[in-house]
Amino acid sequence: MSNFSIFSLARNAMSYHEDWQKQWRSPAPKRAYDAIIVGGGGHGLATAYYLAKEHGMRNIAVVERGWLGGGNTARNTTIVRSNYLWDESTHLYEKAMELWEGLSQDLNYNTMFSQRGVMNVGHSLQDMRDIERRVNANRLNGVDGLVLSPAQVQKIVPIMNNTSLRYPVMGASFQPRAGVARHDAIAWGFARAADRLGVDIIQNCEVVGIQREGDQVVGIETSRGTIKSKKIGVVAAGHSSVIADMAGIRLPLESHPLQALVSEPMKPVIHTVVMSNAIHAYVSQSDKGDLVIGAGIDSYVGYGQRGSFPIIEHTLQAICEMFPIFRRVRMNRQWGGIVDVSPDACPIISKTHVKGLYFNCGWGTGGFKATPGSGWVMAHTVAQDNPHVLNAAFSLNRFNTGHLIDEHGAAAVAH
Amino acid sequence: MLLITCPYCGPRAESEFSCGGEAHIARPLDTDALTDAQWGDYLFMRKNPKGVHREQWNHAAGCRRWFNAERHTVSYVFSRFYKAGENPDPANANGALP
Repeated sequence: MSNFSIFSLARNAMSYHEDWQKQWRSPAPKRAYDAIIVGGGGHGLATAYYLAKEHGMRNIAVVERGWLGGGNTARNTTIVRSNYLWDESTHLYEKAMELWEGLSQDLNYNTMFSQRGVMNVGHSLQDMRDIERRVNANRLNGVDGLVLSPAQVQKIVPIMNNTSLRYPVMGASFQPRAGVARHDAIAWGFARAADRLGVDIIQNCEVVGIQREGDQVVGIETSRGTIKSKKIGVVAAGHSSVIADMAGIRLPLESHPLQALVSEPMKPVIHTVVMSNAIHAYVSQSDKGDLVIGAGIDSYVGYGQRGSFPIIEHTLQAICEMFPIFRRVRMNRQWGGIVDVSPDACPIISKTHVKGLYFNCGWGTGGFKATPGSGWVMAHTVAQDNPHVLNAAFSLNRFNTGHLIDEHGAAAVAH
Repeated sequence: MLLITCPYCGPRAESEFSCGGEAHIARPLDTDALTDAQWGDYLFMRKNPKGVHREQWNHAAGCRRWFNAERHTVSYVFSRFYKAGENPDPANANGALP
């Protein structure tokens, strides 16, 4: 398969872009693999890619229930940042950030990673104290961060109403290296790069059972037959509990619908990402020009990929209050994705009590930003049968020992 | 918007309620004898089914009383509302009552 380059673009332009090669094969599943990844989202494909690239495992497969880019990878608001509070999370997300910074070159795929900065605004003295604490923690961990005054906020985002708000903007944290990336390019880029290393990507292949022999996992039953493997990595996001149930494992997860919406496209008005956790609004503008707005999760467990209207209304109230200029913008599309929320809002990247069965789940509302880092540590965990130092703290066992990573209460940032 | 029937007040809009998560999780009685794994299971592990789910609801902007509901987590159709303390036979996988 040929590399993408300016020359291939020019060559294909001559033939009206009708002769581009398929970006990955669609092989029939083999009888057995050295490892199988369940779930062909960004995290699963990244896991397969790094298994092949970093650990030399080429006889592996990714099985996906639907199609690539049909789940949460293409349903999120594409924000990438690493300004978490606690050391464990900061190191994990910063690893991802470092991979993001070289990802387009590494994958030979334009991920449209745009480091336009992420601004987390504060509306109260306590918000500002939390922001200062978090920025200081970030800088001690080598992650870039600034505390902005209201005047600086106004200068970066002139269209923000930060004076006559019910809760005026008192400042913000700003991570200049943060930004956004093209969501489905992540799925396609990792899929193409993994496929080039020999990984079989099998779509329309739903897992219906996990086969065990005693304590050892030995294969999966799928809608396309039984596939044997002694290493199975489950990266199934909102459906992690469903797969865990097949293997007789209990997870501390609840799946909720999380909604987002985009507006009609318009001229550039906002060139960074603005997030307010206190009044729950976050917004950025895509390269196409549409506003990308993230809402909250429904409070109840749900697997229907749609959310409730009160949640959208709540978010849009905050958006209209913060950005009066957006009041007459029409919204184009609205959708929901199923996110697996863990009790401490931190992921689980872990071995289980079943040998050869690994889970990467619990990313909740903020998994997209971690995609390359998540795949990188998951690949290490699966290949070495041992967690990497970066994900050792994110074990399933932390819910027994009590070593939670309480990012939920402490980070004071929307995910 | 879900239409939720409070057993005390009747049908009301979803926005009047708050969801309290999985129902019928009993606090272990002999707490001194529990292992860490058993405590972890009680505190954190959840069924999270794709199908019929029993959950707690609070009529927060109404009578403020807690009750239970049985709901399908894909179609979101409620098969039953019942008062706290009751424990009727569960609906089948499609949400049909026995």
